Formats: sequence, structure tokens, C-alpha cells
Amino acid sequence: MATARATPARPAQAGARRGPLAVLRDRPAAAKLLLLALVAVVVVPLVHGRWGGGVWPDALTADLSAPLGDVTDWIVSNRDSHPLFLYFFGHISNAVVLSVRGVYLVLLALGWAGVTVLAAAVAWRVAGIRLALTAAVSFLVCGLLGMWVPTMQTLALMAVAVLASVVLGLLLGLAAGLSDRTFRVLRPVLDTMQVLPAFAYLLPVVLVFGIGVPGAVLATVVYAAPPMARLTALGLRGADAGVMEAVASLGATGRQRLLSARLPLARKELLLGLNQTIMMALSMAVIASVIGAGGLGDRVYQALSSVDVGAALAAGIPIVLLAVVLDRTTEAAGRRIGAEPTGLALLRGWRGWSLAAAVTAAVAVAGRATDGRVWPEDVTVAIAGPVNTAKDWMVDHLYTGVPVVGGTADLAAHFTSGVLNPLRSGLTGLPWWSVLLIVAALAWTIGTWRTAATAVLAMAAIGVLGVWEPSMDTLSQVLAAVAVTLVIGFGVAVGAARSERLEKLLRPVLDVFQTMPQFVYLIPVVALFGVGRAPAAAAAVIYALPAVIRITTQGLRGVDPAAMECARSLGATPGQQLRQVQIPLARPSLLLAVNQAVVLVLAVVIIGGLVGSGALGYEVVLGLAQGDLATGLVAGAAIVCLGLMLDRVTQPTTRRQRQES
Amino acid sequence: MNRSRTRLLVALASAGALLATAGCGAADMTKQASPFAAPAGVKTVTLSVQSWVGAQANVAVAEQLLKEKLGYRVDLVQTDEVPAWDALSQGRVDAILEDWGHPDQEKLYVDEKKTIVRGGDLGVTGHIGWYVPKYWADKHPDVTDWKNLNTYADELKTAESGGKGQLMDGSPSYVTNDVALVKNLDLDYKVVFAGSEAAQITQIQQFAKEKKPFLSYWYQPQWLFNEVPMVEVKLPEYTDACAAKDPADIDCAYPTTPLQKFLNADFAERGGEASAFLKKFHWSEKDQNEVSEMIASQKLDPQEAAKRWIERHPDVWKKWLPQD
Repeated sequence: MATARATPARPAQAGARRGPLAVLRDRPAAAKLLLLALVAVVVVPLVHGRWGGGVWPDALTADLSAPLGDVTDWIVSNRDSHPLFLYFFGHISNAVVLSVRGVYLVLLALGWAGVTVLAAAVAWRVAGIRLALTAAVSFLVCGLLGMWVPTMQTLALMAVAVLASVVLGLLLGLAAGLSDRTFRVLRPVLDTMQVLPAFAYLLPVVLVFGIGVPGAVLATVVYAAPPMARLTALGLRGADAGVMEAVASLGATGRQRLLSARLPLARKELLLGLNQTIMMALSMAVIASVIGAGGLGDRVYQALSSVDVGAALAAGIPIVLLAVVLDRTTEAAGRRIGAEPTGLALLRGWRGWSLAAAVTAAVAVAGRATDGRVWPEDVTVAIAGPVNTAKDWMVDHLYTGVPVVGGTADLAAHFTSGVLNPLRSGLTGLPWWSVLLIVAALAWTIGTWRTAATAVLAMAAIGVLGVWEPSMDTLSQVLAAVAVTLVIGFGVAVGAARSERLEKLLRPVLDVFQTMPQFVYLIPVVALFGVGRAPAAAAAVIYALPAVIRITTQGLRGVDPAAMECARSLGATPGQQLRQVQIPLARPSLLLAVNQAVVLVLAVVIIGGLVGSGALGYEVVLGLAQGDLATGLVAGAAIVCLGLMLDRVTQPTTRRQRQES
Repeated sequence: MNRSRTRLLVALASAGALLATAGCGAADMTKQASPFAAPAGVKTVTLSVQSWVGAQANVAVAEQLLKEKLGYRVDLVQTDEVPAWDALSQGRVDAILEDWGHPDQEKLYVDEKKTIVRGGDLGVTGHIGWYVPKYWADKHPDVTDWKNLNTYADELKTAESGGKGQLMDGSPSYVTNDVALVKNLDLDYKVVFAGSEAAQITQIQQFAKEKKPFLSYWYQPQWLFNEVPMVEVKLPEYTDACAAKDPADIDCAYPTTPLQKFLNADFAERGGEASAFLKKFHWSEKDQNEVSEMIASQKLDPQEAAKRWIERHPDVWKKWLPQD
């Protein structure tokens, strides 16, 4: 009652102040910025007087090299005697070695024919006849490339790592799905596990487990478990309230409710989690080879050291094929859930499975009898030579002297001096407190005060760690690469959204770029763009483009057909349709694409360190190469902070979206 | 309350049971073989391969001989140098065949912990230095002295070197004083780290194709010299007194190092013919380069390159085998 009476009176009271205040009420972003400006006016002179402008003040940094050095020394001197290692890490390490060995021996015992038929049979049962063919052909190609044994080693490693990731992810996901508090606590942990560059935690893993398979498997699990955990939690939390109510009213206990209702209802999310986990694990296969994981990754890495792109590609193709087969199979399995079984009654359910098992066993036994266990060495196709010739031709003709646009070398030089250099000097030249203010302003206008606080704290942490300048350098590279990715990605996506044929043509190309280990294209990018930040940016763009193109195409396609029809009938040109209907309606997808571009480009920053990008990527690589825990971990932590900040600045929070709708 | 206590008890009991089945004994991580190693009963040697091609050449030849002549199975593990020392001390690898000098690691593992023993000279002498391409040095002979480098800084500018001349460094795992050298010798240069040897080689090949000048940290023996002839730039003479300085104050050339082999202590004692063979392994720069070039330039498999070299030089490797 009181408010109702007060409302009409207020404008009159407010009098002269009414204008600006009303404007601010209508525009929350402007209000936030004004408030921030007020805070800045008060705080900045104080801060400036105390610590000065320019780079982050020394007084506010914490040097971690001494304590981290002590940790290294302690591990090295206690590794062979301390109970922690003898009774805990030692058993983990042994268990990993035993299980990988078990899987590997089984794969070898099945022989190449047995493994190929097994893969085809499983693909047939869960995904249909077309994928069975794809799987069989893929495995045969691995053999033809002369990569049978490394492929089996990678497969054994993957099997154990994926299994461990799924178990760990399920447990974490269950905890997070059933308890809100755990969910809140786990989220930043999962974020960190995914953003922390693998190179940075390879070193601590090596210190504890030594080089070799156990460390590689554990590093892979750290990287691959989060999607499983996230999607499990998502599935459990999204369970239909009506169904849960019904189950509860039937008097089911907590455990029964979980096992008979919640988990089955979340099957789709669980399978998607499995799919994501497999893809992440595969992408770690190459990086883990740096610490002696063996398998295909090792072949790629060794080829890199003798600058042999052809050999690297021969080992990279099996990785792509494994990824495509596993991705399509798990995806198809997800789609089939709940669908009516089709086909001959004879081949459904357990009968189909036993038929598959019988065929596999028969082929494996036949293979043994004819001594076909190891892939015959003379039945291989050497692609390395022709590939190297093709690469040399390309480099010879593109490096300099291309008419109009100039060679790739000129392009790289222009990009470095025209975009990267000014951006870097701009960012390093900004006083540190102004960077914090800009981050706060961006994050707050797009999100809530919480996201702003997270972003600012992340940036401040970088300063405290004492790596402000290299971080600004890295940030400038990320921003430039993201800009290029978005320009190309949106361009291609607009075309793909218009033409179904183009989209079909693009799909396998995008698959290859997304799954090909980055090590394979390091040499070509250096050959084309020279050493420095330009090739690193090129590698990042190649890696991030597929996701951006996919998300954007899907977003543009998903625009309500009625709205499009309406625009067309009003006589809008295709350009107008795009600008005034499609883009505004697809805004959430476009924002997601920006966010993904940022995250993926940042993931390649480390790889960029290997081709001369300097800054944080180089420091992480340096830390691993020199066994220097402090350098590697601090730079890795700074990358996490950058990732956190960029994610918050580019990701509108749910509350913001609700306000808009 | 009561129920949660029973749950706790059940949890503790099952954890205990799990530990019991997993084996309560101590798990010795130093005695762990790779899961891909050959089954028990087969004699296995594990060698560490470093990222440069010379190291690949050593390992490929040793691998072939151990396999063909002594009946061993050979596993290769690829890692950076410092992690390789760590692995050697743990027994994950049995030998490093080419070490360029890691005084800290030698002190810790060889002198203090005694988990690694010296395996003698490889026979190859390593030297690190600054190099310019021969085609450029022929035109400007005075560029081969560091005192004249500043006059050429302009010619060596790149987009990455920010107005100064570019001195290109390679992999982060290599020993380098270049940042200190540039500062202490007042050179108008910036050190640009290529980040990996592969990137550095690719860039050098690219420069050479266009006959462009460059200045690079590089080392001998190296197969790339056969493809891109390079001349060393004279730096202030190396002295022990200068090498003993704080890394930031070093202002002299790099030393010339007879490359060393190192073996795991346990393997050196009980490795039988394999450890005796690896201790005797000793060849020349010319031999190593011959294999390296087949691998890197002619793109042969390391195994294939080693086979060809073994066919051509029985007089060299016969001496490494047991005399009987």
C-alpha cells in the first residue's frame, strides 16, 4: 500500500535530478560504468601515488621459485624411500602399467585382422552398418601407413585413460549432481583442470611418476575427466521433476531413485560426456609423448625433431581416423538411445552381440593360424616422400612473390609489425591499474558483479605471480589471433549457412583440422611464416576455426524460419536478411563462438612457444625442458588466470540473459 | 547418527580390503618397465633419445647392433635432457649416449646419490657458437668477429627483433648464455627464441633458399652444415674463470665439450654384454654426421640409415662387440 502511494509522488520529488537517474535506471550498463568510474576516481590516485603506474609493482609480487624449488628437491630425494611414494603413488603407477599392458597384449593377441573385425563389429552393434565400414577401413589404413604397432600402443593407452577418466568423472559428476554445495566447489576446480596447459602439469607428473606411461595416463585423466563430470552433473540436475516425484511417491529409497530413474534419464548426457572425454584424451596423446608415452604421439614428435612433415602426417592420420571413428560411433549411439530397434529380428539384442563376438573370435583364430598377427611389413604405403615434395612445392611458391597479396613471409611480417607489435606495446604500455579497470568494466557490463570480481582477481593474480609483462604479450597474441579467427570463421559460416552443399564439403575438412595433432602443422607454419609470433597465431587460427565455423553455422541455420520468411516477403535482400534478422537472432550462438575462439586460441599458446611466440608459452616449455618447476608452473598458472579472465569477459552469465528476454 | 557411523565403518573396511587386495607391500617405482616392453625373459635395453638428430644417429646405430649382433630388444624413450637424467636415475632408461654437460645433475646423481655412473667419451666433440651463412661471410669477411657485429645489425632486422638485429636461438632445453652475452658485449641485437630445433632449422633453410643473411646460435657436429655451409663468429675467448661467473655476467665464448655417455648405475653393473657394449661405443664426428644426414636430409628411417652405415664401416663397430 505504501509503495503504491509513494510511486506517483516520486517524480515530483526527484525534480531536476529525474533525467539522468531515469536514464541510468533504463541502462544498467551505463550505471555500472558510472559507479566504476567513481570508484576509479577515488582509488586510482591513491594507488598511483603508492606504487606508480606502468608495469605491475614489485612490492605486490610473491616469488614462488624458492618454495617450488624446495618441493622439487624434496620429491627427488624422497622418491625412492618415502612411504607416500612406496605405498600410494607406487601402487597407482603399477596399476596403470599393468592395465595398459593387459589391454596392449590383448590387442596384439587379436592380431590386425581380429582388431579390425572387432572394431567393425562394435561399430555395427552400436551405430550401424555404415560406421562399421568406416571403422574397418580406418584400421586398415593405419596398417597401410605402417603404423599398426604404434596405433595399438595408443589405443591401449587411450582405453585405460578413458576408463579412468570416465570413472573419476562419474564420481565427481554424481557428487556435483546430487549436492549444490559440491557443485559450486567443483566448478572452478574443473575449469582449472581444463584451462591449465598440459605442458605445465607434465613436469610435476614426471617428478612424481618418472617419464613413461603412468605419468602420461594420469596427465590425460586430469585433462579428459572434466567434461564427463560436467555432463554427468548436468544430466542428473536436469532430471524431469515430474518423473522424480512419481518415483519418490512409489516409495523408492535414495539409491533406487538414483539407479532406476536419475541415471537412466541422464543417458544422453552421459554418452555425450563419454564422447567428449574420448576426444580430449586423444588430443592429449601427442602432448603426453613429450614425457615418453610412446605410440603414435611419439612418432609425430620424433618426426618433428628431424623436420619431416611427411612422417609426422603418416603418424597424425591414424590419430585423426581413431578420433573420427570413436566420435561418430559414440555420437550415433547417443542418437539411437530410446529408438525402436530395426532390422532382422535375428540380429537384435544379445543375439547380435554374440554373432559379433563369434565372428571376431573366428577371425582372430584364423589370423593366428595363418600367422597374420603383425601387419605385413611389405604391405605399406610410404606417403612421407610425396607429402614432403608437396609441402616443399607449396612453400616454394607461396613464401615470396605471390602477385598482389605478396608472399606468406611478407604477410607474416606485416601482421607482426602492423598488428601484433602495436597491440603488444599498447597492452604493456597501459598502467597496470587501468588494465584491471578495463577488465572490470567489460566483465561487469556483460555479466554480474561476481564475474567482474573473478576476472579482476584473475588479472591481479597474474601480477602477484610476477609475470605481468609476458602475460600482456600473450594476451596481445590471443586477441590478434581471435580477431583473425572470427573474421574468417564468420565469413565461412555465412556461406555454409546459405549452402547445404558447402557445409557437407566442409565437414570432413573441419574434422581433420580439429583432430590433427598440432605438432604436425608446426613445421609447415614455420616454413610459410618464419619463426616468431605470426606462425603461432596461424597455428592458433587453424585450431580454433572449426569450432567457430560449426557453432556459427548452426546458430545462423537455427534462426526461426518464420522470421526469415517474413523478412523475405518484405523484400529484404540477402544482405539485409543476414544483418537485420539472422545475426541479431543468432546472437547467443555468436557469443558462444567468440567464447570458444578465445578458449581454443589460448590452448595453442603453449604450442606457439615451440615456434618462437615467446612469452608464457615459451616459459612453460622452458620449465619442462629444464626441469624447472617454478618457471613452468607459474607461467601455467598465469595462462589459467588469463583463460579465466577471458572466459568471464566473453561469456554473458545466465542472469544477464534472463534480464534480456 | 547411528546409520552414518555404520556407513563410515563399512567405508573404512572396504578401503582396507581394497588395500589388502592391491598388495600392502611397498611398490618400487624404480623397477617398473614400460607396458610396451617385451615379455619377461627377453633381454631389453632402454635408450633415451634426445630431440636433435645427432642423438638419433647414436641411438639408431646402437639399437641396430644391440638387436642384430647381441640379441637384445631395444626400447626408445624420447624426452628432453633434464627429464632424461631424472629417468636415468630412476632406471626408466638405461643409458644416455650424448650429454652436453649438466653439472647440476652430475653433482646430484653421480656424486651424491650414485644412481648414475659415467660411461666415458662418445668420441664426438661438441661445440656451441654463433654462426652466419658462408655465402654472406664471403661477401663481408669482417662479420666473423663479434666486434664488427653491430655494423651489420641493420641487415639482420626482422619483424620479431624490434628494430635491433636478430640473433636466433633454438630449443629451450639447450644450454645458452646468449641473452647475457648480448648485454655484456653491448651488442645491438635481440635474442629471438625459435622454441624448438625443428623451427630453427626450418627458418635457417628458408633464409638459405633466399640467400638472406642471418645470425644463429648453432652447434657442431650438425648435419645442417652440409646443406647450409656456415661460418662461426669469433666471440671473446673461453676461459674457466669466465665460465665460473654468475650466468648473468658471462661474456666469453662457449667451451668445447667432449660429449659424454652416462649409464644407470644398476644397469652398468648388471647389464652384461649390453652395458659393456655401450661403454665401448665410440665413434667420430664424421661417422655421426654420415648417419645424421641420411636421417635428416635424405629422410631415411633412422633404422635404415644405421643399417647402411653399419654395412659400410665394420672396422669401426667390430671393436665395440665382446671379444670372443
